[in-house]
This record gives sequence, C-alpha cells and structure tokens, in this order.
Amino acid sequence: MARWLAMGAWHRSISSLRAALVTSITVLVYALHQDFWFWRTARPLVFGFLPIGLFYHAAYTALISLFMWYLVRAFWPSHLEESSGK
Amino acid sequence: MIPALVVFGYLAVVLGIGLFAGRARPGAAGTGEAEDYFLAGRTIGPAVFLLSLFGTNMTAFSILGASGHAFANGIVTYGLMASSSALVIPLGIFLIGTRLWALGKRHGFMTPVQMFRDRWECGHIGTVIFAVQAVLLVPYIVIAVMGGGTTLRAVSNGLVPYWLGGAVVSLVIMGYVFFGGMRGTAWVNTFQTVLFLSFGAIAVVVIARGMGGFSNAMESLLASPGTAPLLTRERVSPLYFLSYTFIPLSSLAFPHIGIFCLTAKRLSHFRKTVILYPLCMLAIWLPSVFLGLVANKAVDLPPIRAKLEARATLAAPGAVLPPERRAELRAAASGDDVILKLVEGYAPLWLASLLGAAVMAAVMASDSQILALSTMFTEDVFAFYGGAARFGPHVQVQTGRIFVILLTVVAYSIAMAAPQSIFDIASQYAFAGYAALSPLLVAALFWKKSTKWGALAVTVWSAAAVAGVAVLQATVPAPGPGAAVGVLSLGGVEVISRVASGTTVLGLLPVVPMTLISALLMFVVSSLTPFARPAPATMIRYKV
Repeated sequence: MARWLAMGAWHRSISSLRAALVTSITVLVYALHQDFWFWRTARPLVFGFLPIGLFYHAAYTALISLFMWYLVRAFWPSHLEESSGK
Repeated sequence: MIPALVVFGYLAVVLGIGLFAGRARPGAAGTGEAEDYFLAGRTIGPAVFLLSLFGTNMTAFSILGASGHAFANGIVTYGLMASSSALVIPLGIFLIGTRLWALGKRHGFMTPVQMFRDRWECGHIGTVIFAVQAVLLVPYIVIAVMGGGTTLRAVSNGLVPYWLGGAVVSLVIMGYVFFGGMRGTAWVNTFQTVLFLSFGAIAVVVIARGMGGFSNAMESLLASPGTAPLLTRERVSPLYFLSYTFIPLSSLAFPHIGIFCLTAKRLSHFRKTVILYPLCMLAIWLPSVFLGLVANKAVDLPPIRAKLEARATLAAPGAVLPPERRAELRAAASGDDVILKLVEGYAPLWLASLLGAAVMAAVMASDSQILALSTMFTEDVFAFYGGAARFGPHVQVQTGRIFVILLTVVAYSIAMAAPQSIFDIASQYAFAGYAALSPLLVAALFWKKSTKWGALAVTVWSAAAVAGVAVLQATVPAPGPGAAVGVLSLGGVEVISRVASGTTVLGLLPVVPMTLISALLMFVVSSLTPFARPAPATMIRYKV
C-alpha cells in the first residue's frame, strides 16, 4: 500500500513537472514575440529583400507550429473523446 | 471588365456549392433537422474542419486590411496581428476548442450560450450574453460587405460601384447560408481557403517580376528617410506592440468559432488544425504584409501614386486642413485596395482575374458569422423561450433562415452608411469586445467557483467598455499621425489618449485593460457570490 501511494505521488510530481515545463515554454514563446532586439533595424535583408524584423516573425510563426506539434503529441486530451458519450 | 466577369463567375460557383450542399446530408441520419442545418449534423471531416475553421477566422481584413495597414505602417503589421494570432489561436483551439467539442457532444449544445446557461444555472443572464455577442458580431459581418464593395469596384475599374459590389456579395453569401446551412458554409469556406492560400505565393512571384525584383525596391525604401521606418518598428512603442497580443483572445470567444468547434466528427480532427494553423497564417499574412510594404515603391502605378500623394499631403508639416478635407485625404490614402492595384498593374489580365477571385474568397468570410448569429437566435432565444417546443424543429430552421435575411440587410445598411477603414472597425469594436468576453469561456471550463453573477459582470463590463471607446472616438476627433490628444490624466500622467489609430490607455490599446478588468470582475464577483455556485450535480457534468 505504502509503495502504491509512493508510486502515485511520484506520478503526480512528474505530471506537475511536465505541466510546469510546458507552461514555462509557452511563456517563453510568448515572450519571444516581443523581439526588442530587432526593433530599430531593417538589416540584414534576408534573401536580399526581407527585412530582418519581418523574417524573424515569419520564422517565429513556423516555430510555433513545431511547438503545437509538441503540445499535441505530449498533452493530447484523449480522455475527452472517451467522455463525449459518442 | 474581364476580371470582374471572372469574379462574378467565381461568385456563381460559390453559390452553386452552397446550394448543392443544402441538398446533401451525408451522415445526417439520427441527427435532428436543426442540428443538421446549424451544425452539419456534427459530421465535418478533418480537412474541411482545418480549412474551414481557418477560413472562418480570415476575413477581408487578412488580405485587404493587412496589406492596407502594411502599406501605411510597414512590417509591424505582421507582428501586430499575424504572429501573435499564430500562437494564441491554436493554443485556444487546443485548450478550449477541444473541451467545447466534448461538452457539445456530451450534452447536445449547439451554442456557447446554451453551455453558459447550463453551467451557471441561469436563464436571462444567458440572454444578456447572447445580446452582447450578437451586437459585437455585426461589425465583423459589415467588414465583408465593405470588402466585397471595395474588391468588385477595384477589379471592375469602377464599373461596379461600391454599393452594388457590397449588395452582390451580401446576396451571394445570404444565398448559400440560407440554403446550405453549416454544411454549405463549411464547403464554401474550404474552397475559398484553398483559393486564397494559393493566392499569396502566386501574387508575390508575379508582382516581383513586374517590379523587376524586390531587392531594388527594398534598398530604395531604405534610402528614403520617409519610408525607411516602414522596414522597422521604430514608429510603434513596445507597449502598443505587446497590447496587440490580446486581440487574438477574441477568436476564442467569437461564437462562430465556438459553434464551428462543435461540428467536428471526432476529437482527433483538432490535431492537424492546431499544428497547421500557424503555417496557414504564415502563408496568408507574409505575402499580404510584404506586398503592402512593397507597394510604397510602385509609383509607376497611377492609383498607388495618388495614394502616396494623399498621404504626403496629410503628413506635411504645418499643414492646417479642414476636417472634411482631412477625411477626404484619409480615404484617398487608404491602402485597403492596394494589393488589388498591384495585381492589376503587374499581372497579366487572366491571372489578375483569378487573383481577384482569390481576394474575393478572403473577403467573403462572413458567412460563418451570419450562420452563427442565426444559430444563436434560434437556439438561445427562439428555442429557449419555447418557440421550438411550440412550433417544432422545422419552423425553428425556417426562423433561422429568415434571421439570415434580416441580418444581411442590417449589415449592408451599416456598411453603406459607415465607410471607414476595414482594419479600424475590426480591431476597435468586435475584436476588443470579444477579447474582453474571453474570461467567460475560461471560467466556465476551468474555474469551478465561477458564478452566473461573475459572468453577468464580465458581459456588462465588456459592452460598456466597447460603447465607451466608441463614444470617445466619435466625440474626440482623431489627431494627425504621431500626435496624441489627452482625454484623461491623473497626477500628471496621461491615462487615456486619443491617437490617430484610435484610443490608448497608458500607452496600451483599450483591449488590454478591458480584458484584464473582465478577468478581475469574474474573479471578484464570483468570489463575492458563493451562494450562486451551481449544484454539485451540475459541476460533475462539466469535468473536462
């Protein structure tokens, strides 16, 4: 029994750690949107025509897709389908 | 005239898809007539779900408004709306959309208000939420009418006047929503999304060729002190930039998005939508913003040269202009049709015609909003107050259809009476209001202690704040670009200011305090009314 309870506590703490990790990554991704480091500069022009600030945000958008892939893979709420009743 | 004919052909195809969908009822066995008309019988497949949900979120504002805004403000447009939406919207679909879907299937909800009523055990408060949502959704529908008028006028070189273009677009949308319901709307949205997703890449290649490449244009923009800031964000404060990340919260609270989440056949359909949504944003917004920016060097095109001249007159130092002349110049400098002018100037006629149809596809994204309002009216008002029980489901569907007609007429009348920049209307009224309503969904799904009085406080505050901003902007004239008029100051600090693009609160867009105060009200009022918490039996039904 004690071992079972210990296992439960271990699973809960791992679960909390994962939740804290994904929340931190989400906050970090949100913070990366505020790219003050490219605020006042247009150069370099990526590919010769894309201002660096615009390129950064385009790359940032692609990065979000990767982040969403991770979220879906690691935190998919599959229990919702089972509980939807159909 | 050929581009206009192609666009008319496109409109006929779209109407045909909607009519065909109205006759098809795949997988509708076992679903009621209302559920089939308003939710496509909850049978939407994964590809249609992704493309239609994305298309529903993209309005005239995504292509016309974005390129128009970039024409005047530069690359900042992408960071303001696209990259922040690319994070917030899929995250919202992941966290909230999936749960709405599950609760909808579990309890048979067809609108968010039905869920609020059941979750908070309230009746008339749900009606108040419906009323505020409905009023806030109308401007969003108006955008499509305006975009339709602008696009048809532009592709026909003025042969189709603004009022007629808006009327034609309104009638086509009304037609396929009326006959096709949710299935027709989803199919049309899918077709439209494919069209305008392919538009961006083609337009960039064609216009690059026409302008002799973009490198020279960029170097030339950088060399001029007047246009170099367009390639950076130096004209925008970091606080203002940050506050735009609150606007995509509106997407979570828009009833048409919530209702659309209920149409998926399986939960797994959300997976691809969440992952691919940011890439779809990239495919649409990057070309739109870039082309809007590059239009500043398309001075060989007379319509664009005229816009640049109007802008220069407005910004001339020391220029004292009467308000009418200022409004006239603003309209002349507006870049809402700039992408169409680029296509028209640099693409061969046949391609310009097809691209015109693709732009029209983006413009016509108001179908889901019209259908959502119709669904809300019939479910949240007509059925709730006994109409469905008394007259039956057939009359309920017919009532929804009549509502579609009424709504179209109202939206068209407003669009004709209020010619204003597409971007301004969208961001200042509908988006800000819905962002302020977003704590409703979050609290309903994730906070057990939330109560109906907290929900009422959020709703009333959101409506009052939107009305306050609207009144302020109607009574205090907008100053010139870069200037600010103090409206309220405390202790020497300007709290509320009127600026050229709208209103700011401590340098932030009003959407930030509106949303934060909403969340605070939900917390405080719910905490003060613990007696109004729903019964445990209700709470168990909301375990997600």
